[in-house]
Amino acid sequence: MPFLCLFMQFMLLFSRQGKLRLQKWYVPLSDKEKKKITRELVQTVLARKPKMCSFLEWRDLKIVYKRYASLYFCCAIEDQDNELITLEIIHRYVELLDKYFGSVCELDIIFNFEKAYFILDEFLLGGEAQETSKKNVLKAIEQADLLQEVRYVIKPTWEQCQVSFCL
Amino acid sequence: MPAVSKGDGMRGLAVFISDIRNCKSKEAEVKRINKELANIRSKFKGDKALDGYSKKKYVCKLLFIFLLGHDIDFGHMEAVNLLSSNKYTEKQIGYLFISVLVNSNSDLIRLINNAIKNDLTSRNPTFMNLALHCIANVGSREMAEAFASEIPRILVAGDTMDSVKQSAALCLLRLNRTSPDLVPMGEWTARVVHLLNDQHLGVVTAATSLITTLAQKNPDDFKTSVSLAVARLSRIVTSASIDLQDYTYYFVAAPWLSVKLLRLLQSYPPPEDAALRSRLTECLETILNKAQEPPKSKKVQHSNAKNAVLFEAIALIIHHDSEPTLLVRACNQLGQFLQHRETNLRYLALESMCTLASSEFSHEAVKTHMETVINALKTERDVSVRQRAVDLLYAMCDRSNAKQIVAEMLSYLETADYSIREEIVLKVAILAEKYAVDYTWYVDTILNLIRIAGDYVSEEVWYRVIQIVINRDDVQGYAAKTVFEALQAPACHENLVKVGGYILGEFGNLIAGDSRSSPLVQFNLLHSKFHLCSVPTRALLLSAYIKFINLFPEVKATIQDVLRSDSQLRNADVELQQRAVEYLRLSCIASTDILATVLEEMPPFPERESSILAKLKKKKGPGKLPDMDDSRRSVNGSTEHSENTDTTNKGSTHSFTDVLNLNSTPSSGASLLIDVFSESSAPPAAIDVSEENFPRFVCKNNGVIYENQLLQIGLKSEYRQNLGRMYVFYGNKTSTQFLSFSSSSPPQLNVHPKAADPMIEGGAQMQQILNIECVSDFRDAPVLNIQFRYGGTLQNIAVKLPVMLNKFFQPTEMMSQDFFQRWKQLGAPQQEVQKIFKAKHPMDTEVTKAKILGFGVALLDGVDPNPANFVGAGVIHTKTTQVGCLLRLEPNMQAQMYRLTLRTSRDSVSQRLCELLSDQF
Repeated sequence: MPFLCLFMQFMLLFSRQGKLRLQKWYVPLSDKEKKKITRELVQTVLARKPKMCSFLEWRDLKIVYKRYASLYFCCAIEDQDNELITLEIIHRYVELLDKYFGSVCELDIIFNFEKAYFILDEFLLGGEAQETSKKNVLKAIEQADLLQEVRYVIKPTWEQCQVSFCL
Repeated sequence: MPAVSKGDGMRGLAVFISDIRNCKSKEAEVKRINKELANIRSKFKGDKALDGYSKKKYVCKLLFIFLLGHDIDFGHMEAVNLLSSNKYTEKQIGYLFISVLVNSNSDLIRLINNAIKNDLTSRNPTFMNLALHCIANVGSREMAEAFASEIPRILVAGDTMDSVKQSAALCLLRLNRTSPDLVPMGEWTARVVHLLNDQHLGVVTAATSLITTLAQKNPDDFKTSVSLAVARLSRIVTSASIDLQDYTYYFVAAPWLSVKLLRLLQSYPPPEDAALRSRLTECLETILNKAQEPPKSKKVQHSNAKNAVLFEAIALIIHHDSEPTLLVRACNQLGQFLQHRETNLRYLALESMCTLASSEFSHEAVKTHMETVINALKTERDVSVRQRAVDLLYAMCDRSNAKQIVAEMLSYLETADYSIREEIVLKVAILAEKYAVDYTWYVDTILNLIRIAGDYVSEEVWYRVIQIVINRDDVQGYAAKTVFEALQAPACHENLVKVGGYILGEFGNLIAGDSRSSPLVQFNLLHSKFHLCSVPTRALLLSAYIKFINLFPEVKATIQDVLRSDSQLRNADVELQQRAVEYLRLSCIASTDILATVLEEMPPFPERESSILAKLKKKKGPGKLPDMDDSRRSVNGSTEHSENTDTTNKGSTHSFTDVLNLNSTPSSGASLLIDVFSESSAPPAAIDVSEENFPRFVCKNNGVIYENQLLQIGLKSEYRQNLGRMYVFYGNKTSTQFLSFSSSSPPQLNVHPKAADPMIEGGAQMQQILNIECVSDFRDAPVLNIQFRYGGTLQNIAVKLPVMLNKFFQPTEMMSQDFFQRWKQLGAPQQEVQKIFKAKHPMDTEVTKAKILGFGVALLDGVDPNPANFVGAGVIHTKTTQVGCLLRLEPNMQAQMYRLTLRTSRDSVSQRLCELLSDQF
């Protein structure tokens, strides 16, 4: 029987300079393996030219990636999985970040990495879409923020502001 | 949204991150980090108890440092403490640290589990979600043990909040993935299936993933999900785009849920219920229709989401493989995408068409796009797209287009990216072999491969060409001539030297008559390459030289001189030196007769699956190759499943019809056999199959299998490993002719009859040869159908041919100790079959021995402590596997009974062998 419960294996966010900004693993791997995969993959994706297709075969997985301003969003899915819907998973995540931070840029994710993780967990769990409604995800995050003592997001003003993802 | 820089939150963290970013060098960064680590360590160890806020801040810094790629070996305890804080943000950071940094075998897991348990029972949905996210993120076995039975309860409880249900569903999915044995199935399954009807689309989205996973494990328990999924899908695809509110994504209704539902349906065969089936067909048609509508938005998100659903629908159509119209529509739709301006769509169309090519309904439709695909190969700028084009050409290749496709692949190979050259080489080699009608083309193709991409031609490929040339005498002369010519090139690839050396060594004599390729010219040509080659090739060439000495006595002296030279006899390489010494000696002392015997032409290789295919499969992973099987995927989903598993399990198996069998093309498996015989041989009407003599042949190979007033059929057969040859003698017992005589057998076991004469004179005998190949273990014997005209009436006779599984036995001798060790290894209940039965014949030891030997196994003496018992061992050879078999027969003279015990690694084999043998005594 073919294995049909396909799911995302991991998601990586990295900059054009190859700096990892966020990593989410949905399969158990050792730290060493994770580092190796990250290194190889960042290299492979950065070497690709702008107009190339957003999918590539890598090991026995398929990589789906898209660049938003200075940041690459890159997901590994199984060979039989749906590439286009994964591309839109990436986009929806970017929309969520954008809505939450307001014109999100790479720096928001660097300085508020924990928030980026929380938003991702509300949207994707175990490598599967949990809630695809933008409103519902943001509502959940806002509710959590209300429980916070001080509602606070660090918006770095002392650094030159970066290009936002322009949605 | 959130305000900017308000309050003093975790300013320390922000400052630290800024510091790191301002570091000018890697060293400065490491220095700053080490300073921070020392600071945090001292804070954690200090006497002063830290407040929750500081703990949170430091844990967060550690997390940041870890995410930069540094190792973190402390702080876990502090993070666990944060879990039990009742301040949300502290708890949240604690959980984040655990999710990212704690591996499953941590000794803190008990503490963590305790904290999770508290949050799960807190009835605070936000806390429950945090706990569930943590379980889903870590997913360790310990967590499964602790919570696998609790989560289903949360999932189906009436008062659980929707968001908690969503988390619980996916949390359970993750646990089922890591520890399926711990996730209990039971009374809650029906209620989980019912979540597909939930009002909240988010709940349905999460539940669909869970149900798809669980349905893999227990398809029957979740069968009812099919009708619910179809109903849900139907409502989505027919809804107006605003109906689903926030679940509409760029004018596409619930694309994620649609994809998931379509995937769930791929776990099942097409619905049997006609109404349900037509409703599903309507859905799929609607999705295909929408693809033709003008886009509702110019945004790429709109077309991506729409096409994501479309591609998943096509995947379902291919999976069902039962609606020719849908399959052809799908193919046409993909055909449009082949020329789309979006690279992504072209890529996906090529990929999806690959699977369509393997359906008998759409194979021809796919072939109509060949020119477009060839064009893609030449013009696509992205190597990953070109790779897909190569895959598709491979999948759509059949006898009708093989020459063109192979030629295009060869020409692409000249400029192909290095990363995919090896794969293309393998594919070309396979196609050339599989569809070779004339083997000169095959030889040319492989030599071209070596010329164009010699570095990427693996051993498997050049071994294979040699095997084929050796096994087919009609191509040997051509091969010798061709390699001789190819070797003339001033620079030729070492692989060509290997093939050339081997082939000239074997068949150089076939072209030696021509003075331009006289023995000496051949030798000089080969030897001119010698010094440029690596050690293994030189060794091969030395063997070719000694073969030359046998083939051509006139060059003996020249070659002996070469062997005698210091560079050979004193070569630093042991292997080369040894060969030179031995070959020289052999050529000096052996008589011509001995030399001729020792250096005789290589015997034909046993028929076997091409090792190239195995290599390609290994490279691509099982199941990733489009099935090139005779059985283009058959009608409905369920049988297809079993076939797929078959091919995956056995790795590289019957999917490759070995050309050496001279088998037919995949699509016309049966028809060729019929073509061979007279055109009138329509399948005879149902007649009784004669099998009365069948049992007599279980333990012997020769005898009369059938006889009536007109005709006698005798058999002589011989078997070696998985191959057999049967001589069938038809004796005409009358004094008049049999006219329009024909015999045919169904293509089970790959039985290949050679044509029989259409006429047998009165009183004469005619012989026919059947070549038999055992592909995998089997029960039913092939039936020989015979038709002829005698005295104006058509006679129809059907005889069951005594081809039984035990014919493919190779006896195995072994010592007592080995026997018992293996006997124990085969101890699983289904591996053993035992039968107690009454003796039908006098119980004679010598006769019994003869029968067991005739059965095909080796009789092992001194194994059984009781000398009256018989013990045997053997291996059944099939093309796909070998099955070891041990047997024991215990006679009981007093009771006139026998007890037969058989153990093999495969239950079907044990069963069949026991039936066959127990009938013999």
